[in-house]
Order: sequence, then C-alpha cells, then structure tokens
Amino acid sequence: MEVNVTINGVATTHEIEPRVLLVDYIRTRAGLTGTHIGCDTTSCGACTVLLDGKPVKSCTVLAMQADGRQVTTVEGLKSNGTLHPIQAAFKEEHGLQCGFCTPGMMIVGAALIDENQAPSDDDVRWAISGNICRCTGYMNIVKAIQAAAASNAGATA
Amino acid sequence: MTTTAPTTPPEIGGIGHSVRRHEDARFIEGQGNYLDDITLPGMLHMAILRAPVAHARINSIDASAATALEGVIAVVTGDLMAQHGLAWMPTLSGDTQAVLVTDKVRYQGQEVAAVIATDPYIATDALELIEVDYDILPPITTPQQALEPGAPLIRDEKEGQTDNRVYTWEAGDKAATDAAFARADRVVSLETHYPRSHPSPLETCGIIADVNSVTGQATIHLTSQAPHAHRTLFAMVAGLPEQDLRIISPDLGGGFGNKVPIYPGYVVATAASLLLQHPVKWVESRSENLISTGFARDYYMKGELAVTNEGKILALRVDMLSDQGAFYADAQPTKFRAGLFHVVTGSYDYPVAHVSCSGAYTNKAPGGVAYRCSFRITEASFLIERLVQTAAYELGIDPADFRFKNFIQPEQFPYHSPTGFVYDSGDYPTALRMALDEIGYEDLRAEQKRAREEGRLIGIGIAHFTEAVGAGPSHTYDIAGLKMFDSAELRVHPTGKAILKLGVKSQGQGHETTFAQIVAEELGIPVTDVKVMEGDTDNTPYGLGTYASRSTPVAGAATAMVSRKLAEKAKIIAAHLLEAAPADIELHNGEFSVSGSPDHTVTIQAVALAAYTNCPDGMEYGFESVHYYDPPNLTYPYGSYVVVVEVDADTGVWKVQRMVALDDCGVRINPMIVEGQIHGGLTEGFAMSSMQWITFDDDGNCIGSNFMDYLVPTAWETPKYELLSTAVPSPHHPIGAKGVGESATVGSPAAFVNAVVDALAHLGVRNIDMPVLPDRVWAAIEAAKA
Amino acid sequence: MFPSRFDFLAAHSVDEAVALKAEGGGDTRILAGGQSLLPMMKIRLASPEKLIDINNIAGLDVIQRHDSYLRVGALARHADVAASDLTFGVVESAAPWIADPIVRNRGTLCGSVAHCDPEGDWNSVLLASGADVIARGPNGERSIAIGDFVQGIFTNALEDDEMVTEVRIHVPASRSGGVYLKLERKIGDYATVAVAAHLELHGDGTIGKAGLALTSVAPTNLKVGTAEATLVGQAPSEDLFAAAGELAAQACEPRDDVRGTAHWKRQVVRTFTRRALAAAAAQAQGK
Repeated sequence: MEVNVTINGVATTHEIEPRVLLVDYIRTRAGLTGTHIGCDTTSCGACTVLLDGKPVKSCTVLAMQADGRQVTTVEGLKSNGTLHPIQAAFKEEHGLQCGFCTPGMMIVGAALIDENQAPSDDDVRWAISGNICRCTGYMNIVKAIQAAAASNAGATA
Repeated sequence: MTTTAPTTPPEIGGIGHSVRRHEDARFIEGQGNYLDDITLPGMLHMAILRAPVAHARINSIDASAATALEGVIAVVTGDLMAQHGLAWMPTLSGDTQAVLVTDKVRYQGQEVAAVIATDPYIATDALELIEVDYDILPPITTPQQALEPGAPLIRDEKEGQTDNRVYTWEAGDKAATDAAFARADRVVSLETHYPRSHPSPLETCGIIADVNSVTGQATIHLTSQAPHAHRTLFAMVAGLPEQDLRIISPDLGGGFGNKVPIYPGYVVATAASLLLQHPVKWVESRSENLISTGFARDYYMKGELAVTNEGKILALRVDMLSDQGAFYADAQPTKFRAGLFHVVTGSYDYPVAHVSCSGAYTNKAPGGVAYRCSFRITEASFLIERLVQTAAYELGIDPADFRFKNFIQPEQFPYHSPTGFVYDSGDYPTALRMALDEIGYEDLRAEQKRAREEGRLIGIGIAHFTEAVGAGPSHTYDIAGLKMFDSAELRVHPTGKAILKLGVKSQGQGHETTFAQIVAEELGIPVTDVKVMEGDTDNTPYGLGTYASRSTPVAGAATAMVSRKLAEKAKIIAAHLLEAAPADIELHNGEFSVSGSPDHTVTIQAVALAAYTNCPDGMEYGFESVHYYDPPNLTYPYGSYVVVVEVDADTGVWKVQRMVALDDCGVRINPMIVEGQIHGGLTEGFAMSSMQWITFDDDGNCIGSNFMDYLVPTAWETPKYELLSTAVPSPHHPIGAKGVGESATVGSPAAFVNAVVDALAHLGVRNIDMPVLPDRVWAAIEAAKA
Repeated sequence: MFPSRFDFLAAHSVDEAVALKAEGGGDTRILAGGQSLLPMMKIRLASPEKLIDINNIAGLDVIQRHDSYLRVGALARHADVAASDLTFGVVESAAPWIADPIVRNRGTLCGSVAHCDPEGDWNSVLLASGADVIARGPNGERSIAIGDFVQGIFTNALEDDEMVTEVRIHVPASRSGGVYLKLERKIGDYATVAVAAHLELHGDGTIGKAGLALTSVAPTNLKVGTAEATLVGQAPSEDLFAAAGELAAQACEPRDDVRGTAHWKRQVVRTFTRRALAAAAAQAQGK
C-alpha cells in the first residue's frame, strides 16, 4: 500500500506492507536513525516521536496510521541551524550518557515545555515516566528539561 | 579535601573541569552511529529460533517450509555449524558453549536455528515455519537442585563431567579462621540470595558480519566493550587470519557488562556471512537479550562474623554457591573462579577470613559476571554490609558505631587484607561521618523512635563499601591468557591538534571528553583540540576494553604516561627553540619556559609544528608515542551511602525519603561525569533492591524475559540523590584517579535493604532477600507480630 | 517483534467501519489506539487477517456531558479524558494512572473497555460509577450496561459485527466522591491491585449509592456487590469502611504470582478499600 507521511516537514512516500511499524518506516524508509528501538513490549519509549504534535511510541503505531499526518523526530528539533532549547540543555546539564534514550526523552521534554513554562521536579518525572533510561538515573534529565523550560520562557518573554 | 580543584584554566579544560561532553553533539541531533543504524550494500538479516523449553532433546529439525519462504536465503542449523567445527565454541572461563543446538536444549531461549533473509520481517515469519521435535527433560532450576545426588546431568556431552558442579574455589586461611571463630564471644550469621538480574542496556546486542573472500577482509561491526580481545578470540574460534579481521565497535547504547561475552548469534552471523558472501546483520530483540545474554549475580551466600561482645570483628567466614546457568561463560580473570568475590572482607580491619565458593550448572542462560558487578564485588559488598548490619542489631550496637569501631584506619593504608588484596588508600571514618552529618543521623534516630511510638515505620540504612577496580597487574590478572594492561596512542599534528587512540571502549562513560582532559592536563593542549578514538581494532592500540571500572585506572594511566613521553620530547624541542638546556625547561598550561626567565616561552603548538619542521639534530621527526600500562595494583574507590525509608505497615510498600551518597574515587577528571555515573549506579542498585530480578518457575520458564516482567524503574519511582565527595588520591596511579563506574551499583543495594530491615528491626526482623517486594515486607511484619 | 501480515483498511465513517467489520467477521479487528492490540500482534499472540483503522472518523473523539451521563467517544484518548474538565470523582482519579503518559496519548478509553483485561483499570472505574457501552452493528445501535458488557477475561458482549462507538458514564446526581487507588510496581505496569470507590450521599449525609470494584484480583474486573450493599443507607465511618474492606478482601480471588501472594493481595484490597471509601466520602462531604 502507498503511504504518505510528512516527517520533519518533508513529504515522504513509500510502498509498504501494512504491518510495517512507524519506527521502521522512519528508520529504514525515511533513513532517519535517530529514533531508536529498545524493547518489544511498548515499555521503553526510545522510539518516541511526535505524531500530529503529540508524543507517541512509534513502535506501537503502524506506518499506515501516519498516512497524511505529521511526524516530528529528533532530527526535526533543530530549526534553521539552531539547536532546540531542549537539545542545548541536555548537553549543558549532562542529561545523556550513552545517548540511546535521549531522542525520546527530548521529544517528550520538548512537548512538555511547550505546555508548561516552569515544570516542577514531579511534573518532569511524571512526563518522562514512559521513557526508560539505564545510564543517568534521571537526575540530570530532569535538570535539563527544567533548564530548557527556563531558557524557553526567557526567550519568549 | 572534598573535591579536585582544577589547576588548568577552563580554556585548556584539564583535570577537575566539568567540561561539557564532546560526544553529545551527535547524540543530541540523533546522529549517533549505533549498530542498527548501519546498513551495508547487499546486507541480509538474521533471526534466531530459540527453544521454548528449558531442557529437551532435539530429535529433528525440519526447516524445509522456512527455506521455501520467499525472501529467505538460508536456514542454519547446528548440523551445518558442526560441519565447519562451529557448533560449539570455547568460553572465557575455560568451558565450551553451544552455538546452535546439536544434541539437547539446555535453557529456555537457547539458540536452535537461524534464518537469513532479505528483510527482518520475513526472517521472523520464517522462524514460525521451522518445525522442531523436542523430547522434554526434567529441568533443573536451582543450583541446590543441581547438586542433589542423582540430579539429571545437564552437561552430558562434556567428557569427564559426572555431575552438575562447575568449580570449587577458596581464598584465605581456613585453619586460622576456624581458630578465631572458636575464640569468639559470638558468631553472627546471615544467609541471603542475591537474585539473578540483567544488565539490560537500552541498546541490545548485535552484529553486522561482512566476510568477503574476494578482498580477504572480514569486517565485523559489533556491540563490543572489548573489541581487541574479541578480535583475537574471533580469529582463534572462526579461523580467520587476525590481520585481515577488523572489529569495529560503533556508538554503544550502554553496556554494563552485557557486551563483553561472545554470543552464539555473533558466531552464526559470521559463519553465515562467510558462506553466503553477503554482510549479515543480527540485532536481537529485548526479549532475546533478557532470556539469553549474560545475566548477572545469582549467588547464594552464607556469611558468618566472629565478634567480641564489645563489637570487634575477629574473623569472617563465607560459603557461597553460584548458579552459573548451562555453560560457564563468565569473563573474569582466569585465576579466580568467583571473580573478585573474595574482597568480601570489606572495609573492616581483622586478620583472618576464609571464603569457600562453588558453582553449579542449571537449565538457564549462562552468565553471572555482569551488570556493573566489578567481577562479583556487588555480591561481596552486599554480603558484608548486610552482615555488619545484622551484627550491630544482635550486639545492640548502633550500625554506624559498629562500622566506626571496625573500619580500616587511614594510617593502615596500604592495607593488606586477609584474602590478598592491598587496598591503596582511603579515609573511611571521615567519609561515613560526612554522610551521617549530611543526613542528620542522630536526629533521624530520634525521629525513628518517635515514629515507632506512633506505629509508623521509618528505617535508616547504611552501607560503606570498598571497591577493587582497574584490573589489573599482569602478575595476577589475565582473561583467556591476555594480560590486563591497557593502552593509549597519542599523536600531535603539526597544527598542534592531537588524536588519542585507546584500547578501551566507552558505552556512555564520556571517554571522548575525559581522556582528552588527561591530555589537556599533561600537555596543555586545549581539550577541544584532542580527538579521541576507540573501538576500531585497525586504528587503536591493543587493550582489554571497558568493564569492571578499569578504563580510568588503566587506560587513563596509559594516557597520562603517553602524554608524559611526548612532554619529554617536547621539552627537548622547546629547549632547541628557546636555545636553552632541556633540564631547564618547564611546562605549564601548554607553555614551555626556561626556569628563571618566565617571559621567554614557546607554546606546545609551536613545539608540535617544530616536531615536523625544525627538529634538533639527531632527533626523530614526528610527534607521537604509545604506552601500554601494566598497573602495579588495583585501585580501591569507596563510599558511604545512607538511605531513609518509610514503610507502610498495612501493605509493606516502602518509599525512599532521602538518600545521601558519598563517593571517594580519588582524583575526579570530570566531576559532572563522575556524578552522572553515580546517579546511574544508584538507580541500578535501587532497582535490584526493590523490583528488578529474573526468576524461573518449576518448569524452567524464565520470568523476566521482557520489560513487562523485568522491571526498570522510571523517573517516577526512582529516588532523588544527594551526592557528596571526598578525594583521597590513589598513590600508585599517575593522576591519582581510581575510577567510579560501578561504585554505586556495588554499594547501594545494601543501603536500601539495610534501610527497610532497619525499619522493622525493632520487631525482630533481620533479613528480607532482594528484591524487597511489598508482600515480603508485609509477611515479615506479620510473622514478627505472631 | 513484527506482526504477521494483514490487510489494512482505513474507514472514514462509523457505517463504513461497521460494514467492513460485518464483512470480515471474527478475524477482523477494529484499530483505534492500538496500544493493547498492536503489542499482542507484535509478539504474535494475535494475528488478525484484517484491521479496520477508525482513527480518521470525525466526531468519535467526543467527550461531552449529556443529560445524566458523560459521553466518551471511541477515539477519546486516555490523555484527553485525563485533561477534560468534564470528568468527576473516580473517573478523574483513575485517568492519570492508565499505562504511561505516552501510551495515554494514543490509547483510548473505549478500546480499553472493549479489551476486557481484568488487569485493565477503566472497567473497574465504570463498574463503580455505572456506565453503558454503546455498540453499533449493521442493524443499528444498542446500549449494554457495563456489568453485562464485561463477560470474561478478554471477552466482551459484542457480536462479531459490532463495534463500540462510545461509553456513557453515569454522572452522579447528588453530592459524590470517588477515588481510584492503584498499587503498581512501576508506572506502565498493570495494577497489582486496584480499588475503585464511588459514593453518592443523601442530603442527610448517609450513603445513597455505593460503587466498589476491584482490578487484577479476579477473572474480570470485580464489582463487590456484598460490600456495596452494606454501605447504602449508612453514615460514613471508619468502622463502616473497614468492614467493607473485609468483605472486599473475601470476595476477590487473587492469585499467587510474581507480583505477590494472594494472601497479601487480599490485605491490599482490605486496606485500599478502607482508604478509598474514606477518601471518597471526604470528597463527597466537600472536605
């Protein structure tokens, strides 16, 4: 079947079997490997992307379900050559170690700070409770997302 | 001192600066290069058929329907592998392990056959079409069961194997220990099982094997924490000439010891690539990772402390039985059958100990040494800290006071332990005192008393651990005969930039930044001008890899030493440029000056250029060197962890209220990165103490083989941590650093368990095995009331 | 890791979806959020021949108060329900605790209800508050009381040619309160034990209506009629709720498993019932 998915503002079209998962479409048809696969039970969130602006686990969405819709992946966070505040904050606050969970964490973080200009520790921990990290113990991920919110708020003030 | 103050300015970014990580640039833009991101022209995809049962003879395998499926290129069985002498492979512990089953299945999840197809979806379809005829045999699910007389023989194919025992091993002095026990006022004992868990890095294991007979090159992209050792072993096992075999370990999404063993899937993919003359990719699923790759722990331990009534430890006796799974495949130094478990004497001063170890085969996946265990120091540290806590209760002494009474004192270092370790340095009393003060220990004890009167259960748990890392000196340590040196190769270019190549391999520890910081410290080249390379065996010096917290102690030392070799050459060139004597040249923050005339200087960049354009007569041109470092000793990081919990008496649910963690890993190259390592390790310790384990039912079915059953805590469950530090340098390490990667995983489980037990100690509860599940806690409370 | 092959049809109206479902029979499944179905298909525990995707049908995401009920349409995601101002008591209390925040963006309340997993949360909530499931088939629409809809483990009352278009949750008439207490090992796990408590009070403060339902301790979500009966007409009190907790502990059928012993799960039911009823009463009393 033909599927048309706009990823990071770029239209893509491919002929696929309906069973192709969105994460595989993104990684192997669109060639964007920043979205990762970490499990097989919809548990880890390494595959998180935005579908029409909302974080979803792309391993548990069929590519066909993104037909005619907008997907944003980690590669789409940067705009006009400038890092998204969440990206800059993750580096500044040491919010990543191996980097494998990071794209999913940043997608969720970016969505959170769009809605919440000053998330508390608990707000952040709640928002990322669908994303597993094995390296960081979450402390600096929380700091990074809060720092990104603050810099975002500063920028739009 | 509490921290390492930098001596270089931030622009140079040497030791002590929290330099932001160089490697982050690609990760934050989704441009990491992990194994599954790599595609090669003509690449095929492999999927593995795994046994659904734990113990069974295979009568037949019919792969005809699978082979006929469109898109399937080949189906590989044990018979085919046997034709090439590859149905079995040697393990790193001197045993053999099945690659694909030829006789019988020995654990649920074991590799039975492999499908090579044009697409991973098709490969998975083909698995369902392979028909295997299994004759189920009774499974052995505990090492105790394995050692019962008459137990079914798991390794019936092994010549000379008449039972399920794998090894016996001991350390220390039995006679002297027995004598000390005979003299003791009291004997305190504790039996505990450190349950099976799994390192479970977020990226699973995988390989792309590209064996090309035309070019004669075998290029293996591999999730490997030890690419050089893997290359040598691959060459020996697969018969591929080592000079034409290249292992490239790309960006790794975590390791924690999971990416040290050689897995059957790697061997099958390599053989398939050789036979099919196409690159073959195999990336395991999470379920495969949890059910079949190197698990961690599974030690049944009994510890006894001989003590005086006043609370002085006289001796330690330990008996341990390990569950090794179906094959003995641990990666550990060959002299030791239980890794470094015999460091179980811990942070305390007493003259004698005896440690007796044995291991048994069971119908489970092989492994044991993994998950930041420091070669079994997780198990050892857990036992001694739980034992010390138990002794305190039995003697009626405060658990902190008991530790202070028995600590190895600062003036006793270097300390010779009863089982042969030489602890390099430390100040344990200062560390524990700081941690207790930070958490307000005395006030907490008062609050605990008040809470008990109200029927509320608050507990304070302490753990003071001593690690032994940086394996290790060639006189004692080797893996498969390879000595455990490590290496650094440094070249400075004409424009003063440098490239550092290492024999270790980061899986998230930040080597591209921290090792550059060592060069920056030694030579004054700005940290951002130093590129660090690891993982490609054609382009890096030989090393034993990254695990057991050894990178900083060994390769970090090599980096300092190679930098100093270049500093020596640089001084001669600087003397030449400054027209002075080399002995009068001083190097400070990248500038060479003549002692006594500080204004007459030349930069390291100018010296680098001169190394290619204007060397003194007789000096070899170029500006590079390599150093292989054989450490004189292990290093001994340590820490004091204090945890406060509250237990819900009605349900047994417990929650961490506070945790203070003090770590001393000597000099900290990058404090920010060190803290990140600690946060991660504390979380792994929390996970194992509260929810994370792999268990088996009576039929040998693995419970814990996916993320719904094997629980990794989210940010919501994970406690917040308050970190402190002291920094007593290692006296034998060139930069005084000890390494810290595994400290928190080693030290924290006992702190959490001690806290929950402490909450119930007044009821007479002394032990709850991990994971400390709420139903176990509630049952302990009910039993104590009865 | 990857589902078996299937045919995929995107429906653009309920009539179209129903027609396709009727045509396809038992091996045709409706795909809404897919957060229960797709994981099962990925490990090949389910291999439907056809999926009918309803995500493009306009109007199915309704969340609306109508007369005495709250309409939740087949495409209303858990996150939408959690964010809605129109929920109340036990519904509001439970919504944030479904699965995890990312799954909540995709999974639907109606899908969860239709799935009839005894470890799923929504059916306990609806059994406590009262609700009706609206099913549409080729012959039209019918309303199925939630107690009749939940038939067994993964078994609902739908015919092969019907689909759920919405759930109508009964909105309390009088002063009310409700709480969902869920013990889970971590976010994203199913409930180890959960209790949904819903109370409506008369003007004189006595209990007019009581709803109590349990998750993960019986072959289906379990409405504890025995306990409910002891609450109606009584004034809220600690002893009353403790007694109800005792009845709930006796009424359920938990199993020994890796989440804990049955004996302990009854203790959690006992404790959570007491606590949930007390919290519901306090809410109803405006505290």
